[in-house]
This record gives sequence, structure tokens and C-alpha cells, in this order.
Amino acid sequence: MKDDGIKIIKTTTWSPGPGCHGGCGILVHVKDNKVIKVEGDPDHPWNQGRLCSRCLSMTQYMYHKDRLKKPLKRVGERGQGKFEEISWDEAFDLIEQKMKKIRDDHGPESVIFHQGTGRDIGGWISMLAYAYGSPNWMFGLSGISCYTPRLMMMSITQGDFAVVDASQWHEKRYDDPEYEIPETVTIWGQNLPATCPDGFFGHWYIDLMKRGTEVLVIDPRCTWIASRAKLWLQLRPGTDAALALGFIHVMIKEDLINMEFIEKWTNSPFLVRVDQEKQALLKESDLVANGLATNFIAHDPVSDSFVAWDSDEQIYKKRDIQPSMEGVFDITLVDGSKARAKTVWTLYKENAEQYTPEKVSKITWVAPDKIKKAARIYAKSHPSALHWGLPIDTIPSTVPTSQAINHLWCLTGNLDNPGGNAIARYAYDVVTYPYHTGGAILSLPPDVMEKRIGMHDYGAIKDFRAWAQPDKVLEQIFSDKPYPIKGMWIQTANPIACTGMDPKKWRDAIKKLDFTVCVDLFMTPTAMLCDVILPAATFLEKDSLKAWWVPLQAIKKVVEVEECKSDIEINLELSKRFMKDFPYDTVPELFDSLLKPAGMTYQDLCDKTWMIPPKGHPSKPYFRYEKGLLRQDKKPGFRTPSGKIELYSSWLEKWELEPLPYHEEPPYSPVSTPDLFKEYPLILSTGRRMGPFFHSEHRQIPWLREQQRDPVLEIHPDTALKYGIAHGEKVCVENWLGKITVKALVTPVIHPDIVMAEHGWWFPEKEGKEPELFGVWDVNVNQLIPMGHEGKAGLGAPIKTMLCKIYKAKG
Amino acid sequence: MAKSNKKGLLIDYEYCTGCFSCTVACCQEYGWEAPLTGIRVMEIVQDLPKDKAYLTFLPFPTELCVLCAKRTQKGLAPACVKHCMANCLTYGDLRDLALELEKKPRMVLWSPR
Amino acid sequence: MGKTTIVKTTTWSAGPGCHGGCGVLAHIKDNKLVKIEGDPDHPWNQGRLCARALAMTQYIDHQDRLKSPLKRVGKRGEDQFEEISWDEAFDIIEERMKSIRDDFGPESMIFSMGTGRDIGPWICMLAYAFGSPNVMFALSGNACYSPRIAALDTVQGDYCVFDAAQWLPGRYDNPEYKVPECMIIWGYNISATCPDNLFGHWIIDLMKKGTKIITIDPRLSFFASRSKYWLQIRPGTDAALALGFLHVIIKEKLYDKNFLETFTDAPRLVRNDTGKLLRESDLVKGGSTDNFVAFDIQKNTFIIWNTLNQEYSIDNATPSLTGVFKITLLNGNTISCITVWDKFQESCVAYTPEKVEKITLVPALDIEKAARFYAKAKPASIHWGVPIDMTPEITPLCHAIAALWALTGNLDVPGGNVFTRSAFNAVAYALPGAEGVIKLKDQAQDKTRIGKDEYGPFNKFIWRCQTDKVIEQIFSEKPYPVKGLWMQTCNPLSGIGLDPKLWQKALEKLDFIVGVDLFMTPSLRYADIILPAATFLEKDGVRSWWVPLQTINKAVTVEGCRPDVEINFELSQRFDPDFKWETIHDLFDEILEPSGMSFDELAKKGWALPPENHASRPYFRHEKGLLRSDGKPGFVTPSGKFELFSTLREEWNLEPVPYFKEPPFTPVSRPDLFKDYPLILSTGRRSPAFFHAEHRNIPWLRTLDPDPVVEIHPDTAKKNNISNGEWVVVENWMGNARFKAKVTKIVPPWMVMATHGWWFPEKKDDPLFHTFESNINMLIPMNEQGKDGLGTPVKHLLCRIRKETKGVEHGEI
Repeated sequence: MKDDGIKIIKTTTWSPGPGCHGGCGILVHVKDNKVIKVEGDPDHPWNQGRLCSRCLSMTQYMYHKDRLKKPLKRVGERGQGKFEEISWDEAFDLIEQKMKKIRDDHGPESVIFHQGTGRDIGGWISMLAYAYGSPNWMFGLSGISCYTPRLMMMSITQGDFAVVDASQWHEKRYDDPEYEIPETVTIWGQNLPATCPDGFFGHWYIDLMKRGTEVLVIDPRCTWIASRAKLWLQLRPGTDAALALGFIHVMIKEDLINMEFIEKWTNSPFLVRVDQEKQALLKESDLVANGLATNFIAHDPVSDSFVAWDSDEQIYKKRDIQPSMEGVFDITLVDGSKARAKTVWTLYKENAEQYTPEKVSKITWVAPDKIKKAARIYAKSHPSALHWGLPIDTIPSTVPTSQAINHLWCLTGNLDNPGGNAIARYAYDVVTYPYHTGGAILSLPPDVMEKRIGMHDYGAIKDFRAWAQPDKVLEQIFSDKPYPIKGMWIQTANPIACTGMDPKKWRDAIKKLDFTVCVDLFMTPTAMLCDVILPAATFLEKDSLKAWWVPLQAIKKVVEVEECKSDIEINLELSKRFMKDFPYDTVPELFDSLLKPAGMTYQDLCDKTWMIPPKGHPSKPYFRYEKGLLRQDKKPGFRTPSGKIELYSSWLEKWELEPLPYHEEPPYSPVSTPDLFKEYPLILSTGRRMGPFFHSEHRQIPWLREQQRDPVLEIHPDTALKYGIAHGEKVCVENWLGKITVKALVTPVIHPDIVMAEHGWWFPEKEGKEPELFGVWDVNVNQLIPMGHEGKAGLGAPIKTMLCKIYKAKG
Repeated sequence: MAKSNKKGLLIDYEYCTGCFSCTVACCQEYGWEAPLTGIRVMEIVQDLPKDKAYLTFLPFPTELCVLCAKRTQKGLAPACVKHCMANCLTYGDLRDLALELEKKPRMVLWSPR
Repeated sequence: MGKTTIVKTTTWSAGPGCHGGCGVLAHIKDNKLVKIEGDPDHPWNQGRLCARALAMTQYIDHQDRLKSPLKRVGKRGEDQFEEISWDEAFDIIEERMKSIRDDFGPESMIFSMGTGRDIGPWICMLAYAFGSPNVMFALSGNACYSPRIAALDTVQGDYCVFDAAQWLPGRYDNPEYKVPECMIIWGYNISATCPDNLFGHWIIDLMKKGTKIITIDPRLSFFASRSKYWLQIRPGTDAALALGFLHVIIKEKLYDKNFLETFTDAPRLVRNDTGKLLRESDLVKGGSTDNFVAFDIQKNTFIIWNTLNQEYSIDNATPSLTGVFKITLLNGNTISCITVWDKFQESCVAYTPEKVEKITLVPALDIEKAARFYAKAKPASIHWGVPIDMTPEITPLCHAIAALWALTGNLDVPGGNVFTRSAFNAVAYALPGAEGVIKLKDQAQDKTRIGKDEYGPFNKFIWRCQTDKVIEQIFSEKPYPVKGLWMQTCNPLSGIGLDPKLWQKALEKLDFIVGVDLFMTPSLRYADIILPAATFLEKDGVRSWWVPLQTINKAVTVEGCRPDVEINFELSQRFDPDFKWETIHDLFDEILEPSGMSFDELAKKGWALPPENHASRPYFRHEKGLLRSDGKPGFVTPSGKFELFSTLREEWNLEPVPYFKEPPFTPVSRPDLFKDYPLILSTGRRSPAFFHAEHRNIPWLRTLDPDPVVEIHPDTAKKNNISNGEWVVVENWMGNARFKAKVTKIVPPWMVMATHGWWFPEKKDDPLFHTFESNINMLIPMNEQGKDGLGTPVKHLLCRIRKETKGVEHGEI
């Protein structure tokens, strides 16, 4: 405490407040239990003193006159905007009574627990759901199209997640002797530096550029970073897989791949049956009577015999063999029948062979020579890192797309190497928010888990993570099949304005339910439709922790604002009410148990505020696959069924999806729907990030709103001219699903055949009750995007690849 | 004062009147096809307290600016500097310009790629 | 390939379009302009050069330039012309114009030009050779510059401008010169323009040397932002503000008493019965009407001011500046008189800062502070812009402003407002207050000049016809019909013509029109014959407009084009059998005669400044007796004094002392209109890219300012649901025009500023290049000139704005 009465507290950002995925170390200046200033912590390795405009607006955010400060209970009709303040006890009692009634009448699964993106509450909302007994924990974006698809693909391909190594695992950062500056970073569909995505600080790339890193940018827009790139590929939205396969084609053809790495660490030598309609990896059980279905088969050229790969022992059952990488083989199976097989690598090359730069150019609009040049830049750079963005998730073909891109660093050996794509785990293996299967604070009995919506439709939904599939959930709310949905717990999520595609359908869904609770910090179009609204706390008003990659960090309650409660407090209280002998009594108890893997208590962590795992820890790079730090059994290799990087994916094969990457045209495009394209001649892309706003938040914060008053549509000058639209004019964006009216931003930044609309817009300053709902229907671009177009794996949705027409708005 | 061989522009935006001589002088020097040019002039209307405002013009060298290397080798000032109606552009040794900047506020110092 | 030669010359008109004066170096290769640069050795611009001059290479070789005479073969206003030879063109013109002269008299041909052209002399030469006195500057109320010149000639005998050492060798460094402590920028926006033959950026030079600025402007201009005081005035109330300044200066006795007593008419007596000056002829038989009366306090008697001898009837007279005096006239009546100074003070006394605040919207305190600062600053100068001309009550306004520099002792002092005359008194043609080499053969020819008899100044200083009256007469045909129009580098349908549809009708009505210009314009579509003119780089010329004395030297020829002077010279010879000059250079030499140099001699020098003690060079000429032909101290006014009470205005039956009158279309004068049209419409703010209606076809320039814009304050835009960049319609009872909204705090919420001179040379689908689409003059009437035929309400109309809704739907334009 300084004598001026100002107390300075170190803490960590995450979610409510800046809204983001957090990670920044900050210094909070507190006077008389009021936050008077927020600054970046210069000693923090993550942001090194820097801070974004949203976080710097915290004082305006926390003490905003419109903040929800007391629990509210709906008194009028839904959407009528009539609420009355109630006490927390009343609120908890009401919720307990209503939700228990639903549980008794319809079963716990009939309540959906619905969260927004990247929240720090992921752990706490799943805890509440499971304490209540519902398996239906959901992130409401169609096809769960935010990170989950890429996470899923990475985990089935290489057993772990990977992110670009910007030295975030080193306290000394770029100066750490172990670290290497990437020669090239490939930025694939991300508008850096407007955002800090996926547990990553966007401006690290500026640090790297200053230190000599060249950038290769793949984006339909000429972003800030594109304009500074060594090479920029302006691709057609939704054709990323084709482009990645084009890269692979060139890399193989020009021998720009790391063959030694591929032979040693991938399943490329494994044999795949090709004589049947469906290809299938050969298993030991296909060849020998007592063979295991989990072991695979390779060919030993020396003895010209077939050898099993022992997935448990992580060795070939015959010592020191160099299995054939390529070839076609005839095999006699255990039942005496004959089979023909090829190596994965042979199939892989055949697959890549089709994607010539010329063919890829036709699909992607990127010139063949640029494709070749880019592939060479990526493959020849050492180290070479690849950062991919949300557009990889927001297409129905997200699985083959993220697979193909994932393969780029696998084929070049840029995996878990300094300055490449480093394997990213929860710091100290502490899980606060499970991005993988398992890891939740509670678990449910299998028979209840069986009821998770979508798991029987999609293998990837069943086997990866524990989300309910949102498109199926919405469908079921109306169909009541196989069981009715009666309630929804919505926590810091705003489907009407942001995460919900076809938002009017979400509105009808929410209104159809018997009971809905919304936990948020401000009144939103979504909260407006709910029965009970609970006022949540910003990250400065709560205790929490963060282990999203690195470091392991404490979020500390610095002040209280009115009666706002932290999500964890709310969810813990209700969990206790819903679950008898709920294992935790207090928040610190829970945190201490979560921190066990780190061997410390929450108080220990608070004292340090942040901690970076020590050398040799499984959650710290590098080359852990060599050191046996990735697998339970401590053997070298990866956490995949075979222990290898599965270029040919056994999981996809199991889920009856294409095991190898391929290009799939978006559902609506000039190619797939030429007739629609005649009427709607522009590609509608959405969701490019806005510096001042996190998705649908912050429109009510003066310092931020001042940076951008109105939603805009980016239109190329030629296109604007063609349609007689002038910069700044109101323009209608319309397709067969709906129409919005926004302001034209005429700029060469966008491709002439594409328009880019912003997402998440509503107007806190406008009328809140229905039908207006804060003007959301005038501007919410999601009205032009359907639900129910998730990809074959239940993941991905056509969010950046719709079609539309534009015209000058009347009046 | 030791010379650095790095040259730059000292832009005195206090006196820039937004006359565009720099822009067109550059167009003429290099035959740019409009709207290409080596230097643009931004109009910035600053908001001030009490609903007041302040009008500033800022000559901003673009990615195309090479500081008229050909001209300066001959001892000529860059085309924009030479024709600036307000004489608010100065070309010279970065260190010398930095000293100028010490003497008079409301200027920006710039050097090319 | 030849090598590059560099030609030194001077800018003026066609090309940059401006009033010229800059020294330039034209780089010529194979008779082609490859580059143009400012001449670093030239004292005027010192190497600097504006965007328009720097774009000359795109201008001079532009694909659309007219390169052959054209003859109209279709209807007026259509796109139907065929190329003819120069000889054919001259023959047709000669034949048609002579037949008009024979049938209707020479006066029925009007000779019209645009603003500040170098062709002033040559168009007069042609008109006078043809025999017509009707040379017209086509702006309503002749409201650009001549009103200010005429007004100053009326009250102080000579025009004056701010002193930026332009007369002195070494400019600012000349020891004779003083940097003004204060400068008032009264309605002038620098970014683009070099107005009234001054180099705008001289003011920047002065600011860097310490001059503090007072800006009087409704817009937040460059100067406004950098002013010690910015007075954000309601357009059209400038006279009230000037009177408010005078109020403060008189009340606080901040004026120069010595100047007041010695050089003004302050002591003169004014009759209370008639309100006219008391003259010798009122008192004594055979007394002169030119002599005036004062009261001597020492001798306690009335004394006579002898105008001819510039002296009082007694030695060391001590005329009283104030007092009421009873006096018996020749006719026996006894009347009371007061002094001019008292009379003048009366006219200011009512204009308290508080009252002026109500009229002008400028805070009273700012008015007081600014007035004090100006009056106390030594020296101080005032630069005024065209808005001063663009109000019907222009002369009283100028009178009040002139009183400011006179009473504060800033007249013809270093760094003040200094008298300005054609360099070396080399006068090409009749400008206000000067007799030129080119003149009508005899005064009889002047009788028929339109407007001459209605309006005093047109009788005394202004040798043009009154534009509004001309248009009126084209339709009325009274007192005589107008049959033909010679239209030289002048584009009334797009730029200079208010109520352009009226001009269109007028053009349709005429029998014969010749258009001389460099590019096809909307107005040229109405011409019968079109002659392709030349830029300043393609011609020889002389220039004596203030300083320095300069030649314009031909640097290149563009095939097919001819300089205005050559065109007019050839035709003058055809129209006037005893035309005075053999060659153009003879003419130039005669114009330059007073300088003692021939054209060739001056051309070698490039430019010349008048020597010390020359009448065309400052300072203190009224003290040294350098102004008057009789060599006596004083001014070239009828009474020899600076006239606070204007004898000429009295003679013209106009108010002899300054006053403010609300302009015709303002919230105050027309509350009825204001209900429907709640915004003040102002126009004509300059763009660096364009000179009035020119340069829309020059890519380098057009890209700087691609669309016609209307400036709207954010609050006003919000109120009208208009966002930045949207197309809006500006409309009033006269008509409407479409502009792109520029939402900016540069303008106050109660005013919009629309740019002028817009047409679209690139839109060839319309023979008139859509000239009525975004032409703000559609909203401005003709025939609103002031009582003396001068001024017009261009800067203060009323309008409303709305988002343009027409047509564009589902992508169809």
C-alpha cells in the first residue's frame, strides 16, 4: 500500500472485462476498494507490460451504469423487458426449485448448459451441468466451429495440440538460448494483430517480425500483416484444404519434406487395404489368429515379410527393420483370403498427386506460381511455424482442412521444435477448462453420458471432448426427439447477437423452453428473453485460475462491484444444491484440488501469480516425442492409437470419414450452387475481428465504441462502383435467409468478389424489449447464415462462405 | 556532430496547409498514375474539449517514397520538399533533423524503408 | 532526340488557372513539356509551386484538349461540332459579328470572361476594336475583387493589400520591412489559393516569423486552428463585426489621432438638415462645391478646405474634430452641423460587442479581445477574401474595414496594408482607378455600357458592364437588344453563372456565340464557333498586376492551339481598320513603356521591381505626396483625404458612412424561408486541386478531390440521418444539387458548405457533362446585387439537406 492509499495488485486477464481468452499480466490500481487504473505488468513474460484497448477500458466497463448489479426475475411476458430485482437467496431458491422440477419431470438431460467462446467458466459450467446431472454442456456456435475442430484434428493426428512457438514457454522469452526465431511464420486466416486467439498473444508476431521473422499470409483480405508479408495468397474463402494439399503436392514433388522424420514418426509405412470398396488400415488381427486390432502392419523389404507394429510396446515385432515406405503388396489374410495393400505413404502421395498447383489455382483463385512459391517458402524455412485461425473451423470441411494444414508441420518436422509448432499442454497438466476428452471436475455415469445430444450422430462428437452438438440441440428443442428439452442455463453467452446462426430460430427456441437462466454482466438481447438473470463479475472481481497452455496463472479477486458474483461462486453454490455430497465446499478447496498436479495450493499460486513449467516437464517443449514425455507409458512417440503421427487417420477411418485430407466445396459457393450464385453474386464472409470489441461485447463502452460507431460491410471499390454504393452509405446485405442493413466500408483491402460483414452487432443504447431487442435484427449478419449445415464430423459450419447480394439501402 | 548517412524527412505538420503540392510534385517526378503517389496528405480533424476541434494536415510518405535518391545525389531537394508551399518539409541527415526537432515541437521525423 | 532546355517564365491563368505570378522553370524537350518546377531565384514563390502548376504536363498534352477550331452543326447544347480551319473560323466570326454590328450596333455584342484572367486586356482590346463597351465579368454583382477595389478607391483613392515585402529586394530580410505583429485573415482559406495577386503562403512565412493571426471565418480553416483569436462569424454579418471592432477601438481610444486629424475628413461638417456635407457653395456666393467646411477651435471660426490646393483657408488651422455648430447659409437659413468624426462615431456607437454578438454569433468578449489586439499591434495588417465581395452591401463593409487599418495607422506602413498599383504604373487596360493603354476610342462609345447609368461605381471606377443587368437585358431587349456573345475562358453553366438554368436560356436566345477555351465545357456546347486557346506556357505576355513587373515567355507550341492574345489581335485588326498596333510586341512595348523597358529587355530580366520613391512602391506615399498627380500629400479621393464620410457615396445618393444590413436570405431576414430551409448554405470554399470549374479532367488533381462534397457538422448529419460519404441532396426554393456528405466539425452545426464549379468531363453520355447535377449555383439567384450594383449573396443562402434516395436499388444504378 503506497501512502497515497493506492494499492497495486498483480493479476491475470481472462473473459469478462476484456472478454478475450486472456493471459495478460496486469497491475490493478485500487483505491478505496475501487479500481482506478489498469496497467500491463512489465515483469510478466506474456505481454511484457503491453495491454489492449479493451483491458485499458476496464474502469469504464466495471463501473458502467448499465451493468447488471442485482439478480433479476422476469415479471412480464418473455421479451417484454419487465424484470424485478430479487435477492441472491431468492434467485438461488427459485432456480433450484424450477430446475429440480424439470429434473424430476423430464430428467436432467433436458436442461442445456450453454456457454460462450473461450470463457474462463468452461470448467465451472460443466461442473454445474454434471452436478445437476445433465450431459448437455454446449458451446452454441454451429458445428462448434471455434477451435474444437482444430483441437480434435490435432489430437487424433498427433495426439496433442500444437501452437506456434513464440518462446512463451521461456521466462526470458526470445532471449532464451533454447529458443530459435522462426525463419518464417505462416499466418493462415487470422487478422492479427486485432486479436489474441487460442491462448496466444497476437502481437508476439510483431515481436518476431522485428527480430527477422518473415511472414507468409493466407487470407482473402489484405490484412495489416498481409501488407507486410513476404508473400500474400488471397484465397477464396473455404478452399483452404485445396491450398494446403497444393502445398503438400509441391513439397513432395520438389522433395521439400523431412523424410527422415516422416519415416520415423508417422504411420506412413503402415499398410492399408485397397482391394475393398472401403480402404482400411491392416491390423495384426487381420493377419494372425491372436493378433490385436490395435496393432498395425508394415512391410519389411529385407525379409519381404509383413511385420506388426506393437502399439503398446511402440516397436515392430521384428527387431531393427526399415519398413517399406512405398509399394503395393498382396497379402494372405488369417482367413486365407487374399488382400492387396499399399503403404500409407503411397496412398498419401497418390492423394497429393491430384492437387497440382494448376488445379488448386482453379479452386482457390491463387496463381499456380504463388502456390509453388509459398510452399517453398514454408518448407525451406527453418524453423518454420504455422499459425492458423478460426476460418479453419468455420467451414463444414473443417476436418480435412485442418488435417491437411496439420500435416504441413508434420511433413516438415516442424513439430515441438524451437520456433516451430510446439506441442501445447495445460501448464503443469492443471486442467481448469477441458479442451480434450475427460478432465472435467465431475463425471457422469455412462448411461447418462449416453444421452449427450449429437454423440450418436457423430463419432467425433462422441469420442472427442464432451460437448453437446449445438445444431442437433436446436433441432431437438423443436422436435422433442429423442427427449424433450425444457430448460437452458446460459452463462456469458449471447446466441441472439453472436454465437447463434439463424438467430431468430434461437430466439424461438429460448422462448419455447419452460425455464431459462442467463448469467451475464450486461443486459443483452439474449438475457432479455430469460426468466432469471444473474449478475456476474469481471475477472477483477473473482478468484480463478488459468492453465491454458502457459503460464499457470492466478486470477485474483481485487474488488467487489455491487452484488455481482463470480461465475464459480454462482456455480458452486448451485452445484451444492443440485448434488448431494458435492465434493467441494469452498472455491479455494476446489482450486487446491485442481492444482494438485502442480504440487501447490491456490494460495501458493496467488503468491507467485504466474509460473512457467520447469525444463523436462511434460508441459514444456521441446522434442518431447523423442524424450518420451508425451505418452502415459513414458515411451517415445505420440498419444495416438498407434503412437505415431497418423497421416492416415485411424480415428477418421473408425468414424467412417475419409482418413486422408481432401478438398470439399463449401455448401454454398459459385461452384457448388451456381444458380444461387447468379442471384447472389458475392461471397459473404463474416467475423473479421474488430480491435475495440470482443465479439458481441463492448458496444456500450464509450472509449471503445468511439473507435467504431457502426457495423460495416467491407466492399471493394470496383464492386461498390458496380452497385452504385458510396463509402459510408447504408447498404443492404441480403440472401435467401435474411437481410441486414449496415454501413459500406469501401476498401481495396477486400477481394472484389467477396464482401466482409462484421458479426456480433447490437445496440445497447437502443430499445431492448421485443421486437427491437436492441436493434439486433437490423444488423446481425448471422441471419444470413443457416444452422444445421455442420460438417460430416458434426464440426464446422459455413460461416465465412455464404453468398449474398448487396444494394444501396432506401432512405 | 557526427553524420549518419541515413537521410530522412522532417515534417512540420503545424504549418502544413494541405495544399497537395508534395503529392503532385511526386506524381510529376515519377509519372505516377493517379492515385499512386509517394506522399499523401491526411486531413485530421482533432476533437478538443468543450466541443472544440483542431484541423491538422499531415503529409505522409507512402511505401513508394525513396526520398528522391536521384535528385538528392545531384544535390537537389526531393520534389515534395522543393515545392512545399508552406516549406514545412525538410530533407536531411536524420541526426541533424532530430536536432531541429528538439528546437521546434509539433513535427514528425520520418525515414524511408 | 533533342536535349532538354529550360525556359524561365511566369504563371497566369490557363494551366494552373490562377491569378498567377509564380516564377517557373519549364523543362522542354522536342517542343514538349517534360517537367515544370518552381524558380528558386524568383522572389515571388522562391521555388515553391502549387499542385495545379505541377500538374501542367498532364494538362498541356491532355487527350481532350481542343486542338482545332470547331463549328456547331447541330442544335445549341448538343454534341454536334465539326472541325474547321482557323481562317474559316475567323472569316465566319468576322462576317457574323460585323452583320450584328451593322444591324444592331456594336454594343449588342457582349464580351465575357472568367475570373482574374490574363486576357483582361486582350478581350477589352477586341471589344473596343469592335466598338462595344460591354466587357463582362460573368459573376452576378461582379462579385469578385472589383467591388473591393471600387470600394477602396471610393474611400481611400487606391487599393491596398497586406505587405509581405513583395515590393522589396531581399523580401523579408529587407531592413525597410517590418513583420506584422498581427494579421487579420478575414474570410480566406489558404490551402489552395493565391488570391488577388498575392501568394497565399506568404502568410505562412509571416506566421513562422512571429505574426499572430486573428481569423474571421465560419469554418475551422487552417488559420482558424492556428489563430490567437478565431471569430466564427455567421456568414454575411461581416459589416456588423467590423463596426463592432470600430466601436471598441473608438471607445477605448485605440486609434491613431494624428492620422485621424491629418489624413482623414474627420473635422469636416455635415449638415443635420440634409445629412450631406456642408460645402463652400452653401455659404458664399461663387463658393466651390468641391470645397468643404470645418470649424477652427483656436480662431473660433468656420474655415474652408480648398480641395484643389489641398489646404485650409487659413494657416495653421486647428479644425475641431467634434461639436455641434450652428451656421447661417447663403439662403439665410440657419442650420446645425456636426463633424464627420461625430457622424462616423454615431454609425459605430450602436454596435456594442453584445449587440454584435447577437448578429454575428461571435462572443462579445472575443470581439473586444480581437479588436484590442489588432489595434494595439504594430504593425498589423488585414487580408480579406472574396466573401467580402459576395454580399450585397459590400461597399459599406469595405468602408468599415478600411477605417480599421486607416484609424489604427496601418495604411501604407511597413507590414501594414500598403497601397498597391500596377508595377511601374504600366497599365494594360482599364482597371478600377486606372487608365490603361487599351481603351475605348472615345467616351461616346461608353454611353451604351450596361449598368453604367444605374450604378455610381460603374460610372466612376468599374469599366465593365453589370452582369445581372446584361442577363436581364438579353431577355428584355431594353434599351437595346443583345445579339451576340464572345465567351473567352469562361464557363457560366458550370462555374461563374449563378442560376445556371437562366444562363442556359440566355445562351439559347442569342444569335451568335463564340467560345474560346482549352477544353470542351458545358458552356461551349452553346457556341457557334469554338476556338482552341493556349496555356501560359504557349504564349508571350506581360504582367504588371501589382508586383513584380513580369513577362510571360512562350516555351512550347501545341499544334492547333493559339494564345488568346493572338486570336484577339487578329480579329481586332479585322474589326478596326485603324487598329493601332502592327504586332503584338508593339502592343506589349507600349504597355511597358512607363518602365522604360521593352518586352525583350524585360523578358531578359524576367521580372523587375519598381525603384524606391516610385509611386508604385511603398511606403508612406500619402505623406510623401507620391499618390496624387499634383504631387501633394494625401489621397486620390475627391477631397484628397481618407473619407470616413464618402463624398462619392453622397453623390450617388448612397449612405456615406458604413452600416450593416442583414443580407436578403438569412434566418433573420427571412424567418419564413428559414422554417423550411433551416441551414445556412455557404459555397465556394477552395480546393487545392481545382481552380473553380477547371481541372476536373486532370487525373493527378481529380484524385485529390474526386467528388463534389458538402461539409456537414456531425450533429447536423445525425439529425438528418446522413452519414459520412453518403450522397445527399442540398435543396432550396431555387433548386437542388447532389453532393457527397463530408461529415466534419470544420463547419458549424448551423451551416453547410458546398463546393462549387462541379461538372463531370468524364461523363460523356451528356453533352452538358451533367453540369446541373452537382452545381450549387442552382440554389443561388441572380439579380440580388447591392444598391451600387456590386455584391451578391453567394455565401449566405438557406437550404435543407436530405439523404439521396433516388434510383439505386438491387444493384441497378
